[in-house]
Amino acid sequence: MSHPTPPPDDAVHSESFLHTLMHRQLRLSSACAAAFLLVLFGLPLANYFAPALMATRVAGFTLSWLVLGVLFFPAVWVISFLFIRRSIALENDEVAQVQRERGGAKS
Amino acid sequence: MNLPLAFFGGVDPWIFAFSFVTVAATIWMGFRSARTSKTASDFFVAGRSVSVGWNASAISGEYLSAASFMGIAGMVMSSGYDALWYPVCYACGYLFLLLFIAGPLRRFGAYTIPDFAEGRYDSPLFRKIAVCFVLFIGFFYTMPQMKGAGVTLAYIFPGMPYWGGVVLVGAVITLNVALGGMKGITIVQAFQYWMKMFAISVPIFVLMAVFGFYNGQLNANAAPGETAAPAVNVERKPLVEKAPKDSAWIAPFGPLTTKAVSAAAALPADQRAAFVAEHQKPYSLLYTYSLIMALVCGTAGLPHILVRFYTNPDGAAAKRTTMWVMILIGIFYVFPPIFGVIGRNLMPELYSGVGAKGTDKVVLELPTLLASRFGVLGSILSGITCAGAFAAFMSTFSGLLVSMTGALAHDVYGRMLRPEASPAERMAAFKIAAVIVGAVAIVLGTFVENLEINFMVGQAFAIAAASYFPLLFMSVWWRGMTMKGAATGMLTGGLLALGAAALTNLATLALDKGPMGKIFAGFKGLNDFWAAHPLLRILCEQPAIWAVPLALVLMIVVSKLTAEQVPADVRMKMLVLHAPEKLGLKQEYIEEHAAGAGH
Repeated sequence: MSHPTPPPDDAVHSESFLHTLMHRQLRLSSACAAAFLLVLFGLPLANYFAPALMATRVAGFTLSWLVLGVLFFPAVWVISFLFIRRSIALENDEVAQVQRERGGAKS
Repeated sequence: MNLPLAFFGGVDPWIFAFSFVTVAATIWMGFRSARTSKTASDFFVAGRSVSVGWNASAISGEYLSAASFMGIAGMVMSSGYDALWYPVCYACGYLFLLLFIAGPLRRFGAYTIPDFAEGRYDSPLFRKIAVCFVLFIGFFYTMPQMKGAGVTLAYIFPGMPYWGGVVLVGAVITLNVALGGMKGITIVQAFQYWMKMFAISVPIFVLMAVFGFYNGQLNANAAPGETAAPAVNVERKPLVEKAPKDSAWIAPFGPLTTKAVSAAAALPADQRAAFVAEHQKPYSLLYTYSLIMALVCGTAGLPHILVRFYTNPDGAAAKRTTMWVMILIGIFYVFPPIFGVIGRNLMPELYSGVGAKGTDKVVLELPTLLASRFGVLGSILSGITCAGAFAAFMSTFSGLLVSMTGALAHDVYGRMLRPEASPAERMAAFKIAAVIVGAVAIVLGTFVENLEINFMVGQAFAIAAASYFPLLFMSVWWRGMTMKGAATGMLTGGLLALGAAALTNLATLALDKGPMGKIFAGFKGLNDFWAAHPLLRILCEQPAIWAVPLALVLMIVVSKLTAEQVPADVRMKMLVLHAPEKLGLKQEYIEEHAAGAGH
């Protein structure tokens, strides 16, 4: 759990590092949130403007019921799985970048 | 001796046995772990050493409340399609938590939301403001749990009044929390998730195998545009008068979201039909969006769930835990609506019941349908769902009790009243606070027999969505936030949502024909006002659509106006929130603060 403390003049304390750090993570989160919100807010709209289509029977369910009651959950799992994989890769990349810069400053 | 005999008259031994074993096991586990947890930090966050699998099960166990176990089925039965938004958003709300809040919050490393509020803005005053909402949200959330307890006990013991169940269950859990603390509860909660999963899935598979599957049962209801239901061979009892029609029940924008417009009774008869035709659908779309916002944003701001993320070893583990929680609860949430669908076809008499005898008990009673064909199997399965219901309201109630008690003991007593208190005094304070919070929750619980379980939980989410969610989201992602901006937004949004939710409940209780109607008769006028202004009623019943943006806008505007008060070391705080743990910033931050305190 204990990691070495960076010196005060380390690259991590620069304004540009924090800016890139937050910007990259926020962009990833926002992209995933947009995909989620598209489905979440799109379904009521589909119900509103295409009620006949959404009332079509699919194996006994109405289409709308099938999407909301069953298919919604796996869709969200996929988004969260992709997010976690990308987010952890992003963190590793940030750590590698900082270590490269530290190595470069010493030599 | 008369009273106990009355309670035991008409009790099914199987149902009683399963419920009793669940309660006994929960209490035993609580007492057993009380012996192994000694220090105060054990009580507050379980020593911070819980693995992803345990933690995800424990969060799911704590999260799946009476609303998930009983309320969803009851509401799907009473309102149909629109009620499906509840389970979907209860599960998917975790995505917002995962995307924006879980990782950074864990990295910041504070015990509770008030800790975070103080640390982020260096303001003990803000801690005091933030603590209030742990209690506000908590009490709103305990009311439906208490109703679940009252309904379940009234079902098991037909002679028992609703309030008797509330008092009995409330007292047992309060005692358990006062003696066990959170360490015990991590294990108990994880166990209870698996128990609830078993209790909801096994009976529903047996019921489906006997009476027809989910899709077949749904097929017996005629959708709009269909002249008759496609399935004619599925067994169905005639609907009672109070039940919604098939086409309104199975399709979106049904009774739940259109009830405000349908109640527009104040208009003259000739204008009414035109008014309803014009406004019903747009208003119910608005209702749906507001409900979605409340549930999705609210999940990310529930105090008793967020506190659990601090038991992850690091930010990456916090993210993985969140994903597992979504999988565990997502699977669970497919099942309760099936009870509602089958209940509509085979147990329509519940539509005529009110309070503890209404649709909220469909999960408990539906398995007894098997009794006519398989005898005792019906009772055994009903006993299993009762045991699951006990696990549901007991686990959520104890989780809420721990965070509310923690807020009182750790924040109010340990920080404000007596900072110099010894560890022994703090432990005593924890126990006393647990008893106080438990007693208040029990009293509140006795009032809410006539409100739907799921609806009340939705209100707790709306308050969280308008207070803690904007606070956490903005504090994590915007450097320009000041304490004054955060406090103004959180207080205004949260308190207005709280007021709107309370007004809605009081007006509903005023309609009751029993004693509650007399107590709250003063609020009858509100219903007449709302009948004339259905849009205002919707905005009051589902406040998230205006309260969340209001809180966010206030935070931005007030922070801009007080921009000179942005914490001086905000860059360091942001680094701690966002930089991976491997860079070692957290440690440096603590050292800096420790050095600062030494001056």
